[in-house]
Amino acid sequence: MTATMRTATTVAARAVGVTKVYGSGEAKVTALDGVSVDIERGRFTAIMGPSGSGKSTLMHCLAGLDDVDGGEVFVGDTRVTGLKDKGLTDLRRMKVGFIFQQFNLLPTLTAEENIVLPLAIGGRKVDREWFDTVIDTVGLRDRLSHRPTQLSGGQQQRVACARALVSRPEVVFADEPTGNLDSTSGAEVLGFLQRSAQEFGQTVVMVTHDANAASYADRVIFLADGRIVSELVEPTAEVVLDTMKHLDGVIAR
Amino acid sequence: MIKATLKSLMARKLRLLLSGLAVVLGVMFVSGSFVLTDTLDRSFTSLFSSVYTGVDAQVTAKPKLEGGEGGPDYAVQSLPASTLDTVRGVDGVRAVTGDVIGSARAIGKNGKVLTTSGAPRVGDAWGEDLSGQRVLREGRAPTADNEVVLGGFLAKSGGFSVGDDVAVLTAAPKETFEVVGIFGYQGGRDSLGGEMSLSFSPATAHRVLLGEPDTYSSITVQAADGVSQDVVRDRVAAAVGADVQVKTGAELAKAQTDAIGEGLKFFNYILLGFAGIALFVGTFIIFNTFSIIVAQRTKELALMRAMGASRKQMMVSVVLEALVIGVIASVVGLGAGVGVGALLATLFATFGGGSLQLAAVGLPAAAVISSFAVGILVTMAASVFPAVRASRIAPVAAMREAATPDRPLTKPTVAGAVLSAAGGALLGVGLANAVLWMVFSGILVAFLGVALLTPLISKPVVAVIGGLLSWSMPGTLGRRNSARNPRRTAITAAALMVGIALITGVSIILTSATASITKVADTQISADLIISGEQQATFEPAVLDAVKATPGVESAFGFYSDYAVVNGEQQYLQAITDFSAWQRLFGLKATAGSFDGAAGRTVAVAEETAKEKGLGVGSAVTVQLSKGEQQTYTVAVVYAKNGAMDGIQLSAAAAVDFSQAKLTDGFAKAAAGTSVADVQKRIEPLFADNPEVSVQDRSAYVKQQAAQLDTVLLMVQILLALAILIAVLGVINTLALSVIERTRELGLLRAIGMRRSQIMRMITVESVVISVFGALLGLLVGTGLGVATVEALKDQGITELGFPWTQMGTYLAVAAVVGVVAAILPAIRAARLNVLNAISYE
Repeated sequence: MTATMRTATTVAARAVGVTKVYGSGEAKVTALDGVSVDIERGRFTAIMGPSGSGKSTLMHCLAGLDDVDGGEVFVGDTRVTGLKDKGLTDLRRMKVGFIFQQFNLLPTLTAEENIVLPLAIGGRKVDREWFDTVIDTVGLRDRLSHRPTQLSGGQQQRVACARALVSRPEVVFADEPTGNLDSTSGAEVLGFLQRSAQEFGQTVVMVTHDANAASYADRVIFLADGRIVSELVEPTAEVVLDTMKHLDGVIAR
Repeated sequence: MIKATLKSLMARKLRLLLSGLAVVLGVMFVSGSFVLTDTLDRSFTSLFSSVYTGVDAQVTAKPKLEGGEGGPDYAVQSLPASTLDTVRGVDGVRAVTGDVIGSARAIGKNGKVLTTSGAPRVGDAWGEDLSGQRVLREGRAPTADNEVVLGGFLAKSGGFSVGDDVAVLTAAPKETFEVVGIFGYQGGRDSLGGEMSLSFSPATAHRVLLGEPDTYSSITVQAADGVSQDVVRDRVAAAVGADVQVKTGAELAKAQTDAIGEGLKFFNYILLGFAGIALFVGTFIIFNTFSIIVAQRTKELALMRAMGASRKQMMVSVVLEALVIGVIASVVGLGAGVGVGALLATLFATFGGGSLQLAAVGLPAAAVISSFAVGILVTMAASVFPAVRASRIAPVAAMREAATPDRPLTKPTVAGAVLSAAGGALLGVGLANAVLWMVFSGILVAFLGVALLTPLISKPVVAVIGGLLSWSMPGTLGRRNSARNPRRTAITAAALMVGIALITGVSIILTSATASITKVADTQISADLIISGEQQATFEPAVLDAVKATPGVESAFGFYSDYAVVNGEQQYLQAITDFSAWQRLFGLKATAGSFDGAAGRTVAVAEETAKEKGLGVGSAVTVQLSKGEQQTYTVAVVYAKNGAMDGIQLSAAAAVDFSQAKLTDGFAKAAAGTSVADVQKRIEPLFADNPEVSVQDRSAYVKQQAAQLDTVLLMVQILLALAILIAVLGVINTLALSVIERTRELGLLRAIGMRRSQIMRMITVESVVISVFGALLGLLVGTGLGVATVEALKDQGITELGFPWTQMGTYLAVAAVVGVVAAILPAIRAARLNVLNAISYE
């Protein structure tokens, strides 16, 4: 089962020569400087880099949350660059899932309602079997009728993960998903993201500055000054940390 | 600290603009009212001083009655020519004219009587004009019996020119005259103040206006040089004796100005009342805005506390913010009010008769003082509670996750129940004893009480309303959002409630009045045809005799109406041509004495009135009418009052001494087996010469009466529209603040695939839920107010309770539309949010 899913290792998202510039004149900042990267389908990819390296910008551009000043972005076979609001909305509805550092659950909805919200918005039916699988994986079965305020931070983030997964998007983008969690809860969430790639073939892209978090990924891409400077495959935390230190050194020099 | 306050005020100017706007509109209403009435007051003062230019003193017969309001415009009794001679001989009198003045209504080319909007329609004798203001523009003076000259305003309104024929109604039956000239006034004016005037030859004037030759309605005196008005008045008064009164031109101008001034003052009170309602609603909005802002700024305020700001400083910071808004809003509102007042004065002068010369628009001190007082007080008062709340924020809140804790609703609910009960009690006592201030303050307190109860009510009601609208995900989210801050939703809805409750209350009272009229007409009046006219329209008693003689008429009677002093008390009453026909056609029941066979000077009294005045059958009553001497009448019958008749009525013998011995109303009953429509067709030609009077069947008559009430309702609706508009601003404001507060959520919804149109729908649902909730509250409270008032007015003839279902439904529908409209701007704003910025919004 797992094997059949992984045979289709093609590209789930792709950036080609993406450039992103903020401001103009003196205050001009080049956040991305001709970045090209392929995100492989069914794998867990981490994007790392120091503050201001452009890692978040890269993710936002890949997800269609931000437009690019140069180059092209694709999600699956959709060309994201140039899409108008309606096209972008469709993309977010059908092909993309998000997990944020701030959880971003709707306080007026229960956990279950939050999880199925993307489907409800798009007027799609909930695949009960898949829903059950996701719920059991994140371990929220007994919390479904709770409101976000009645849940711990870790539980809230697991609801957010389930929400991202339930619509089976092409790619799940996670922006510092463990930034607001203690280490135990963070480990749970990371483990869950790892399993969804390994067991369900879900493509996951995660931005993080935490070496330990990055070590859960199949592949780590390092950004500095808006460029991809390094890449690791199936790394350990130590290796990631070393690479980071090296990068800091490069920048310091 | 003050600097920080002002800075935060500047940073949130958009959010405060809407709440400021609520105050601006209210203050505008206040200052506009003052500016309007002040301008009109000065215009009328100058009008009347110009009317009495060249009049040093005026001699008239002393009226038998005090000038009752709505009484005749002209001297009822005339002066003999001998008085003119006496006055002419008085030392210090330079010139004298005998005036012949009376009501004269020209009939337009379409056969309808030409009307002014309140200014007199008057005829006089063309002759020497002591004021020197009249100017003959074209043609010549009237000399023959059938000639007339028209005032410019009348000629223009009726489209008459020299050579045309014009039919005129006066004290005499309709007559047709030839227009031989047209006159105006100095300065190219068509009239002095919107009046329609025409002049006959002196002989004709005597005949048609006064009914007899050699008499005058007044005598105008001009003093010789060096003799003051007061001196000439006193000398003339000494010469003419006690039955005649003399007044100086200045006194007359002042009396007329004062009479108009009284009316304007009343008008001003009404406008200010509505301004008060608008400001009351504005208070809700400001209160809500400050509450929301304080809640949103919890972290910032807590941080200030953590850094050492005192509680007092926190309070001062919020109140100071209110002060700044209050001052700015008052200034803007005052300015806008001057504009609105000037505009309304111009409209009044234009549509109110054409040629009222408007005085320059001024800025009365009352407008300035009340604008600032009201604008600043309202804003500050509304900010006190939020300010106290701000001062209670604990410094530790700076460290906590910003969340709006669900505070318990016990306190406001208890306070609301107490206030509602107190308001209701005050209203009840006020209505029962007809104490106006108690009624108004009762309503006000009840509104506050209900407003405090609304958060509690809002939960279930909003769930139900929302349930109807949440067939899709955006709808569900909108519904949940509106249930999220019960206080916020409740206060926003309560602001809308006030306007809708008042409109509903008034509608119920008026509908009940209409229902009562209908009931009276259907169950008590058995007359089939009702002859009545526009205000002060009359018809000859001979015509009533002709009605009686018409084939198919079983019986008919009519009445004369005038003021009279009965046992020392002035009142408006009727003289009835035929007591027994009256009894039958109005379904009256005698409780003592009899309607039949009453002859001579007799009186009919309703039972309650008899009890009040201590009268019974056989009692003597003294009656002073407009003319003649005081007479003694005898009570012939005491009857049980019904919806159609109440008070005191005189027998027909009194009519000769009424100011006009002509009938104001007539009633006829068709003989059994005769078609009412046929009888109506036969009677109508009798009134062909009198277009002011119409013959209607019962249902048409009731409809006409109801139509007058509809006009009242329309006026109230227009005046309350501002209160509703302010409430709409409140809905917009609340939504706009909520959109800002929920920026992150909106960003998330967009990120997970919500379309712009869905976001807009979500906000629209929230808005409609709030508006419909407010309207439902308003309908409920308004029904309470209306029913209570109708109950209290039972003795005044409103016996039926009627519900204006269509109107109530309309108000609800309007509220839904209002909700949609109010959502437009906040929804666009929400839909346009940049997803990325929104989701990282702190």
